[in-house]
Amino acid sequence: MAGRATLLYILIAMIRTIAYLCNEWGKPMEAANRETGRGSSKSASWLQEQANIIRLSAMTMTNHSGLGHTGGDLSASDILATLYLGDVLRVNPMEPMWPQRDRFIMSKGHCSGAFYSVLAAKGYFPKELLATFMDPLSRLNGHPDRNKLPGVEANTGPLGHGLPIGVGAALAARMRGESWRIFVLTGDGELQEGSNWEAAMTAQHYNLDNLIVIVDRNRIQQGDFTEKTIRMDPVAPKWAAFGFAVEEVDGHDHAALLDVFSRVPIAPGKPTCIIANTIKGKGISFAENEPAWHHGVPTKEHLALAARELVIEVGE
Amino acid sequence: MSATPATHTTSTKSAERRLIDCRDAYSKTLEAMAEQDARVCAVVNDSVSSTKLKNFKSRFPNRFVNVGIAEQNMVGVGAGLANGGMVPYVCGASCFLTARAMEQVKVDLGYSKSNVKLCGMSSGMAYGELGPTHHSIEDMAWTRVIPNLTVVVPADPLETAAAMRYSLEHVGPMFLRISRMPVPEVHGGNYQFELGKAVVLHEGDDVTLMANGVMVSRALEAAESLASKGIFARVLNMSSMKPMDVDAVLHAARTTRGIVTAEEAFAAGGLGGAVAEILAVRHPVPMRILGVPDVFAPTGSAEFLLEHFGLTARRIEEAVLDLLGVKK
Repeated sequence: MAGRATLLYILIAMIRTIAYLCNEWGKPMEAANRETGRGSSKSASWLQEQANIIRLSAMTMTNHSGLGHTGGDLSASDILATLYLGDVLRVNPMEPMWPQRDRFIMSKGHCSGAFYSVLAAKGYFPKELLATFMDPLSRLNGHPDRNKLPGVEANTGPLGHGLPIGVGAALAARMRGESWRIFVLTGDGELQEGSNWEAAMTAQHYNLDNLIVIVDRNRIQQGDFTEKTIRMDPVAPKWAAFGFAVEEVDGHDHAALLDVFSRVPIAPGKPTCIIANTIKGKGISFAENEPAWHHGVPTKEHLALAARELVIEVGE
Repeated sequence: MSATPATHTTSTKSAERRLIDCRDAYSKTLEAMAEQDARVCAVVNDSVSSTKLKNFKSRFPNRFVNVGIAEQNMVGVGAGLANGGMVPYVCGASCFLTARAMEQVKVDLGYSKSNVKLCGMSSGMAYGELGPTHHSIEDMAWTRVIPNLTVVVPADPLETAAAMRYSLEHVGPMFLRISRMPVPEVHGGNYQFELGKAVVLHEGDDVTLMANGVMVSRALEAAESLASKGIFARVLNMSSMKPMDVDAVLHAARTTRGIVTAEEAFAAGGLGGAVAEILAVRHPVPMRILGVPDVFAPTGSAEFLLEHFGLTARRIEEAVLDLLGVKK
């Protein structure tokens, strides 16, 4: 019986959280529009709020499904918020297949909690759908499926798939003489997959300066820290050696992210690589820099604590 | 044997027929399609000459992508090109294209329903002496289990060209298995490719021979030889591996005394397996499945290996006699 009561409590807490998030999202948009940040009409502080809402949303979804990738959701939230809600991406959620849209490819597809949350915030689908994360027959599969959800460009999950697809899309834009751009977000452990470097060679050979790779350098992969698993540092010179124009940025600094995104391609004729130095589990004290939180599942207590730390009022 | 008279080709014996490499039909058709449709582009993994795309490259340099020796990337690039509104033909030796990039074929093409056409060149054991590393005889079992992926194995140059033209109209991922072993034309000049349809090349109602690719002309030869013994074999070209013509398979099971399949692939999981899966459940009949057994091939030319593994007209004929219980 106690188990059932707990379940009920969690359910109520979850519904409240989601209801709150649905209500809160986009509310400060008008204010933000007045207060401009660099390279975008959205302010860094507003983006910070939005990123934190994405964080809590992703954690709530993972709590609901009992499965997910909290650490990576949290490290990527600021990048995702900046790209979509900072209006870096030229996309139109009302016309998701607009041929001239910028393509964003979520190569680290396991961080679907944050990805779905930002797509919902952008208006691709109703936020209520987030509450069905990984439910039977939900459109929100554990890893994104472009045939089920608007805004998803590529089916990802197995690592090392996004960049080759991004390279192909960049070649398509070139062949068609069109000016849309391709942004690919990869994990850092993901770079251990050789297909990324195959794709990098193609990108530099064809001078694809319409391609922007963002590496979420949170330094932790499923089993351990990346440097303890398979040494990856120094990452930036690797990309430079593969012919990319590389810039490192604090992946949690919205103003810095907006700035670098406003300057792409950072070197004409070269593909861009932005190494976003991030903290896995960012924003949540118990998850920050903690390998176990790669796919840790938050409890309702964790959610309450997270809401406090993210300064989000969830209500009683 | 049969009381029913059957029509059958009385054309020249295969030895007198002109043998042609299907790759020429594929590359010429691809060029013609690129001329007519600006979305058509080609992606290769260094193999410009073995994919016979030198001409394509010089005629359409801006729609030709060479990713180097990098098959995973090659298939992913194909998916990206399709995302950007192009219709990419991703061409490479079938052994590497399938095995090396299997996860990309599954996820980026099949699961994603990307409009990408894979041209698996020099498939089967065409690379003969180069050995099992270069043979592509697992590809049938691998590709046909991937949802949304259409699988076509043309039998001759005419069908290769027709299947290529069809592939441009078809929206969705396709795998075209193209041989380099010279084969005779088995279809008439007015042949039209129809996906999901078996092609009756020889009428008969004693037994049905089902084959695809290079084995079709051999099945026809077997049927001619059997006819001279009074045994009339229906020969079906099963070029449409997936979707398969279930009606034609069931009809063959109901109207003939058994089925012999022949394929230049591992017997496990290929054409024979696909036919057996249908019949075991819906209409079991005696079958013989001719293909490569569960071994890697020894060293030898493609022709030698087909002979070695019993993939010849004579052995198809023997399988028929065995199935019908006829003493040799």
